[in-house]
Amino acid sequence: MAPLLELQDVEARYGPVQALHGVSLTVGEGEIVAVLGGNGAGKTTTLRAISGLVTMSGEVRFAGKRITRAAPERVARIGIAHVPEGRGIFQELSVRENLRLGAYLRRDGFDEGYERARAYFPWLEERRDQQAGTLSGGEQQMLALARALMSRPRLLLLDEPSLGLAPIVVRELFEIVGQLNEKDGLAVLVVEQNAKLALRSSSRAYVLEVGRVALEGPSAELAENESVRNSYLGY
Amino acid sequence: MSRLATARAAATALALALGVVFIFLAPRWDQIGDIKGQNMGVYFIAILGLNIVTGYTGQISLAQGAFMAIGGYTTAILIVDHGVRDLWTIPIAALVAGVAGFLVGIPALKLSGLYVALATFGLAVAMPDILGWDKLDRLAKSGREIQLFNSPDLIGKGFADVEFLGHTLTFTRAMYYLTWAIALVLLIVAWLVLRGGPGRAFRAVRDSELAATSSGVHIAAYKTFAFALSAAYAGVAGSLLVMAVAFADPNSFPAKLSLTILVGAVVAGLGSLWGVLIGAAFVQFLPDAAVHISKAQGVPDAVYGAALILIVLLLPTGFAGGLRRVFSPLTTRLYTRS
Amino acid sequence: MAEFFQQVVAGLASGSIYALLALAIVIIYRSTGVVNFAQGEMATFTTFIAWTLVDHGLGYWVAFPLTLLIAFAGGIALERTIIRPVEGKPVVTVVILTIGLFIMLGGLTNWIWKAEVRSFPPNRPFPTDAWDVGGVAISKQDVGILLVTFGLVGGLWALFQLTKLGLALRASAVNPTASRLVGIRVGWMLALGWGLAAAIGAVAGLFTAAASPPLEPNMMRPILIYAFAAAVVGGLTSPVGAVVGGLAIGVTLNLVATYDEHLHIELDRVRLPIALLLILTVLLVRPAGLFGKTVLRRV
Repeated sequence: MAPLLELQDVEARYGPVQALHGVSLTVGEGEIVAVLGGNGAGKTTTLRAISGLVTMSGEVRFAGKRITRAAPERVARIGIAHVPEGRGIFQELSVRENLRLGAYLRRDGFDEGYERARAYFPWLEERRDQQAGTLSGGEQQMLALARALMSRPRLLLLDEPSLGLAPIVVRELFEIVGQLNEKDGLAVLVVEQNAKLALRSSSRAYVLEVGRVALEGPSAELAENESVRNSYLGY
Repeated sequence: MSRLATARAAATALALALGVVFIFLAPRWDQIGDIKGQNMGVYFIAILGLNIVTGYTGQISLAQGAFMAIGGYTTAILIVDHGVRDLWTIPIAALVAGVAGFLVGIPALKLSGLYVALATFGLAVAMPDILGWDKLDRLAKSGREIQLFNSPDLIGKGFADVEFLGHTLTFTRAMYYLTWAIALVLLIVAWLVLRGGPGRAFRAVRDSELAATSSGVHIAAYKTFAFALSAAYAGVAGSLLVMAVAFADPNSFPAKLSLTILVGAVVAGLGSLWGVLIGAAFVQFLPDAAVHISKAQGVPDAVYGAALILIVLLLPTGFAGGLRRVFSPLTTRLYTRS
Repeated sequence: MAEFFQQVVAGLASGSIYALLALAIVIIYRSTGVVNFAQGEMATFTTFIAWTLVDHGLGYWVAFPLTLLIAFAGGIALERTIIRPVEGKPVVTVVILTIGLFIMLGGLTNWIWKAEVRSFPPNRPFPTDAWDVGGVAISKQDVGILLVTFGLVGGLWALFQLTKLGLALRASAVNPTASRLVGIRVGWMLALGWGLAAAIGAVAGLFTAAASPPLEPNMMRPILIYAFAAAVVGGLTSPVGAVVGGLAIGVTLNLVATYDEHLHIELDRVRLPIALLLILTVLLVRPAGLFGKTVLRRV
């Protein structure tokens, strides 16, 4: 079966600086795949290359269709939801408006999507008129996730969800992601610095170093891998 | 010194020499040429000043024309009402304008770039009205419009010929030489200032105020100093302008003048002294060229504005930036003040 | 006392014009981060277009909405062609660009229509008489201007707060990247912002020509300064502030002009400098404007 998302020899640069030197990876239907690596390894850039937010070359295919260098608006339209680094929520707008924007592309779907969002994040209801920028870090991350869900995506791109959050909040976040994956078959590509958590929550993983894939394989295996343990797991 | 640096120094010296030759030895043209050339010199000085405050410290000033007005009126009042000899009024005009610039620079410290632009724009627009305000009549005995024509203290009283070093020059020719001589001196002064400590401080302020402060640069002092210095330059320019036409009136310094100077500075290329001559030539001669296209009213402005838009779109770093790109492919010029 | 109220109403009417232009400036600033120095000239240009339409036989009340449409299209075209390339460039660059636009449009207006004195609207479709309300003469034209202004402002509010499109416009201004990630065509939203602003500016221009004849190429120059002052009161980002600021400036200037005669201060001649002083004072006391949100810069 063809993978849901396929990257082939993707190169990307910021001006004169090349960040990715040929990254290839796949995400299968309903899979959770993690991308690990240190700072500057190119993890965030990989996601941005998928969403068309960075100058790139190579091949990106989603459900068999070429989306290389497609504009972010189009990428959103075909069923990929990207929660960027720093959450990418609309700070000045209310919680409700943030969610509405998540459902922007769906003509009908706000109410239905809202019900689902409330099911996973019950507290959204009572905070719906609160300005998003006044939420706590963890709540903002949850809001970003809820917003991404509003469009009923097939693939979720999560960029460093644990950044700046307390461990207990992070665990809750990953649990919800896990549930979404099991119940709704949502495929997830998650970029994480927290290797331990990422490997535990995913089925497969890639380790990036200096813009290239250094290691790949089932998460369980990578967790036992000597160099991964030394470099990223701390033991 | 590296080969490149030597080459650049040589090129600069050569360009400067050529410029001096051209300006001082060339003119065999008629009186109109003198007048336009002198006016271009006035623009040159004003643009130089604006470059210091906007190009080097990144504060957008749209009030250069207003400071020119202050300098110009200082000269006019001193000559007509107080009998001060013309040339001596120039440094005084510079001083007065400089103080005004300093005063403007102080509130500007509290404002972000855009608001400084707005506030100075307001100043430029309001200046003709301020100059025409009846309440200020006490400052100038002879009223708002000051006629210098017959003042004995003006070079070439009544536009008469001037004696200088045994040569007899027409008034216009004398003003032309005077203006460019002063322009040259001011260019060297600017170069020295910008090359030295203040210049480095200016650039630090422009590129990152935060980094500059943490490096010990006294931001407030340098920012107001820049404003004062640039206003002083404008004061000199205004003074020369008034002397050349022997007349000072509020409408000589409309808002458009400040805009023109800014245009000249941008065309020249902010943050570099190279293009100032081209900038001055642009603002002096493009409107004339536009008139050649069509004498119809409004066409010069339309062409001028369109040319400006094109230059901003195609050459955002001005001619100096263009020159730099030609001569040095690895340029990394950034000016990102906002 | 009666005169006081009269002048207040008249001041509100002229203030409405400043408010509208200020609103246009704020919309453009919020959506594209550009201070549009050419806003006044754009308004003048479109008002002259309206004049041409009427001159060719179109009724005033047909030309009015048609002009707004033309202005709307023109604003969109401007954004897509000239403004788009300089988005994200340094402030100076963008300022120069709009100044270039200011100069060019001014020249075009002069060239196409010459500086003849025109009365617009001709044949006075606006009633010039006044109602007598308890001894106070309230000009019908002033009331008309006020009503239309409030209607417009109300309509805009509804657009921005209640519709999906309005939400997308606001989102694009707040966070363009995130907006694109949810599928909003941010480019077109920005163009739409310019189109709306141009149309609002056109209304301001049409009102100016009607309320302070004659129609001539320089008519919006002082209005632009008052509009900037009003926009600054709103911190350049608050539409409410812009409207309140505009009305306040209108009333203040009107009262100054009236009582000036009594007090012999001769402030009327320095209306512009007063507006400038206002801008400065507000900015120094509260750099974010009276209505703006204080933006903390992360260092």
